Amino acid sequence: MTHEKLSMAQALNRALHDEMAADPTVLMFGEDVGPLGGVFRITDGLTATFGEQRCFDTPLAESGIVGMAVGLAMNGMRPVVEMQFDAFAYPAFEQVISHVAKMRNRTRGRVALPMVIRVPYAGGIGGVEHHCDSSEAYYAHTPGLHVVAPSHPSDAYALLRASIASPDPVVFLEPKKLYFVKDEVDTTEEQPPIGTAVVRREGTDATLIAYGPSVPVALEAAAVAAQEGRSLQVVDLRSIVPFDDETVCAAVRSTGRAVVVAEASGFASVSSEIVARVTERCFHSLAAPIRRVTGFDIPFPPPKLEHFQLPGVDRILDAVDDLQWEYP
Amino acid sequence: MTRDPDHLLPTREPVRLIDATGEPTGLAGVAMPPDDALLRAYAALVAGRRLNDQAYALVRQGRLAVYPSSHGQEACQVAAAQVLDDGDWLFPTYRDTVAAVTRGVDPVGVLTLLKGDWHSGYDPYEKNVAPQTTPLATQLPHAVGVAHAATLRGEPTVVMALCGDGGTSEGDFHEALNFAAVFQAPVVFFIQNNEYAISVPLARQSAAPSLAHKGVGYGMPGVRVDGNDVAALLAVLGSAVARARAGEGPQLVEAHTYRMQAHTNADDAGRYRSDDEVAAWTDRDPITRLSAYLSNRGLLSSSDREAFAEAAERLAEVTRDGINRDVTPDPADLFAHVYASPTPQLREQQALLADELARES
Ligand SMILES: Cc1ncc(C[n+]2csc(CCOP(=O)(O)OP(=O)(O)O)c2C)c(N)n1
Ligand SMILES: [Mg+2]
Repeated sequence: MTHEKLSMAQALNRALHDEMAADPTVLMFGEDVGPLGGVFRITDGLTATFGEQRCFDTPLAESGIVGMAVGLAMNGMRPVVEMQFDAFAYPAFEQVISHVAKMRNRTRGRVALPMVIRVPYAGGIGGVEHHCDSSEAYYAHTPGLHVVAPSHPSDAYALLRASIASPDPVVFLEPKKLYFVKDEVDTTEEQPPIGTAVVRREGTDATLIAYGPSVPVALEAAAVAAQEGRSLQVVDLRSIVPFDDETVCAAVRSTGRAVVVAEASGFASVSSEIVARVTERCFHSLAAPIRRVTGFDIPFPPPKLEHFQLPGVDRILDAVDDLQWEYP
Repeated sequence: MTRDPDHLLPTREPVRLIDATGEPTGLAGVAMPPDDALLRAYAALVAGRRLNDQAYALVRQGRLAVYPSSHGQEACQVAAAQVLDDGDWLFPTYRDTVAAVTRGVDPVGVLTLLKGDWHSGYDPYEKNVAPQTTPLATQLPHAVGVAHAATLRGEPTVVMALCGDGGTSEGDFHEALNFAAVFQAPVVFFIQNNEYAISVPLARQSAAPSLAHKGVGYGMPGVRVDGNDVAALLAVLGSAVARARAGEGPQLVEAHTYRMQAHTNADDAGRYRSDDEVAAWTDRDPITRLSAYLSNRGLLSSSDREAFAEAAERLAEVTRDGINRDVTPDPADLFAHVYASPTPQLREQQALLADELARES
C-alpha cells in the first residue's frame, strides 16, 4: 500500500520505522520514547519492533540527550532524539548551538553530525506554559543547522526520512496541533529535498507565505478570500533553513503582493527574515510592502488567552486588505 | 562543616517512625514528633487528599486542562509545608499543589495554571511560595539564590526546594546542589521519589545506591525517609530545616513514595506499569497509617475526624466554586506584564488587538 490516509503522528512514526528498518545505525532516544511510545505516540511500537538498543528512554536530561547524540553521530550512528516539548529543549541549548551546529565547521568538514532533533512545537492545543513555544528563530538564526517544519503528513513522512539521511544536523519542528490531522500520504514518492518550498494553492492576487502550524490557517484564509472574489496563493515553506528563495520569490513576483503568516512572535523572527529577503529580491515586483501576521511580542499566553495570539483567518484577511489595492 | 563521608551518607534503610500498620517502629535516634504536630498533619493529609480528588474530578468535568495529582504523596506535601516558618520559602513543582495549599496559598490561585486563566495564579511574596515550576529542576538554583540573599541580609530564612526523581537527572539539579554546598546556603532539597518520571522508572534515571547518595558528592548530608510516613517526614525535614537555620548548610532528603495515579489524566499508566504494582502501594497509604497510629493512642476522636472531614469538604467546595467561576479573559493582560512598562511596540500591538476586537463585536 503506498497511498494511505495517515495523521502526521502516524506518518512520522512510519518514517522512523522505515528509516530504522533500512539503516541499522539509526537510533531513536529521549524521554518516554521507549515502551510508552512518546507522549504523542510518535515512537509507538519502535522499541517492540527494533529492540531496546535501537529505541530507548534516557535519563531525564535534554543536554545529555543531545550531547550523547553528538558523540554517537561522531562514531558512526545516525541518532534521532526527541525533545518532549518545544520549551523543554532549552536545557540542550548549549549542545545545539556550540556543538551540533558547529562541529562540521570547527573540524574543516572532517566531523559530520548526521542527527535529527525532533521537537513537538508551537501552540493551538490549549497547553499550559512551556508547552507551546514557537522556537524556530533560535535554531534558524544559528548557522550549521537545518530547520524544517512540515504542515502536511506527506511532507512529514518525506522530510523526516530526508532529515535522517541528511549529512547535516536537522532540527525537525513538528506542529503539535497538526499531529492528529489525517491526509493522504504517498510513501513511495520521491522525497522532497530539504530546502524546497511548495505552492499549496494557486492564486493570482496575493501570496500568503506560511510554514508548519500556520499553513492550514493560510489555506483557510485563502478559501474564505476566494468566496469574496480574491484569489490568494499559498506557499508552504516546509524548510526554513535552507530557505527556498527561488520558489518563494517566483510566487511573490507572480502576484506582486504578499503576507507572511507565522505563529511565533514577529520581532527578530523567521517572518522578519522572509520579509527582508523577499523585499530585497522582489522590490520592483511589489505593489505594496509585505505584511506580516504573527504572534504578538509576548510570552505565549495561557490556554484561555491563546486565541488572541494565534494568527487567524480574519487577521490574515485584514492584512491582505491592507496591501494597497487599487480599486477601479 | 564536615567533609567526613560517614556523616554525609544516607542510612541503608529509609527513616521510618510509624510502620504500615500504624505501629511505632521504635527507631533509635529520631524523635517522634509531638502529638499536636501529628494531629495537625492528619488534618492536612485529609484535606490534601480531598483536594487531589477534587482537582482530578475538575479535569474530568473539563474545568482544568490537566492535573498532576499527588494522590498517595500527600505525606510529603504536608510535611514539606508544615516544617517551615512563616518567613521561610517553598519552591514547588507542578505536582505540589497540596504543599502550596498546606502552606496557606489559595487553592484556586494554585490551580489557575491548570485552569488556564494565567500562568502563576498567586502572589509568591504573600506566603513565600515561588511560582510552581514546570521545566524540571530549573527552580532549584533559584532556591539557592533566595536562600543566599537571606543569608547576606542576616535573616534566618530556610528554603524548601521540591523536585521529583526524574528531575534529579537534569543538570540544574546538580548545579544547584553544588552551589548550595559551596555557599552553605540554607536550602533543603527535598526529592519526592515516586518511582516514575511519566513512564520512565527510577532505574533509568540513576544507577546510584539511592538518590540521597548524591548528596555526598557535593558535600552535603543525604537522608532517606519513608515518604508515606508523615511522622518520619516531619522529623527528618524538621531537623534538616533546623540545621540549615543554624547555619550548617544544605541537606538532601529523598522520600520514598509512589505516584498512585497516572502522571496526569492525559497519561495512560497501563502502558508501563501493572495494576499489581500499584495495588501493593495501597497498603502503605499515608493517611490510613497515621489514622491507625493516632486512633490506637486515643489521639483521634470521632468528632476530630468529622471536623477534619468537614474542613476538607469546605476546601473542596471553595476550590470547586473558584474553578467553576468563569473569568472573562482580558486581552490587556497579555501586554501589561512583559516589561515594567510596555515597549512602544507592545503598546502598538495592544491597540491593534483592541481595534480588532472592537470591530468584531
Ligand atoms: C526540562 C523538562 N523536560 C521535560 C519535561 C516534561 N516532563 C514533565 S513532568 C516529567 C516527568 C518528571 O518526573 P519526576 O521529576 O519524577 O516528577 P513527577 O512527575 O514524578 O512528580 C517530564 C519528562 C519538563 N517538564 N521539563
Ligand atoms: Mg517521579
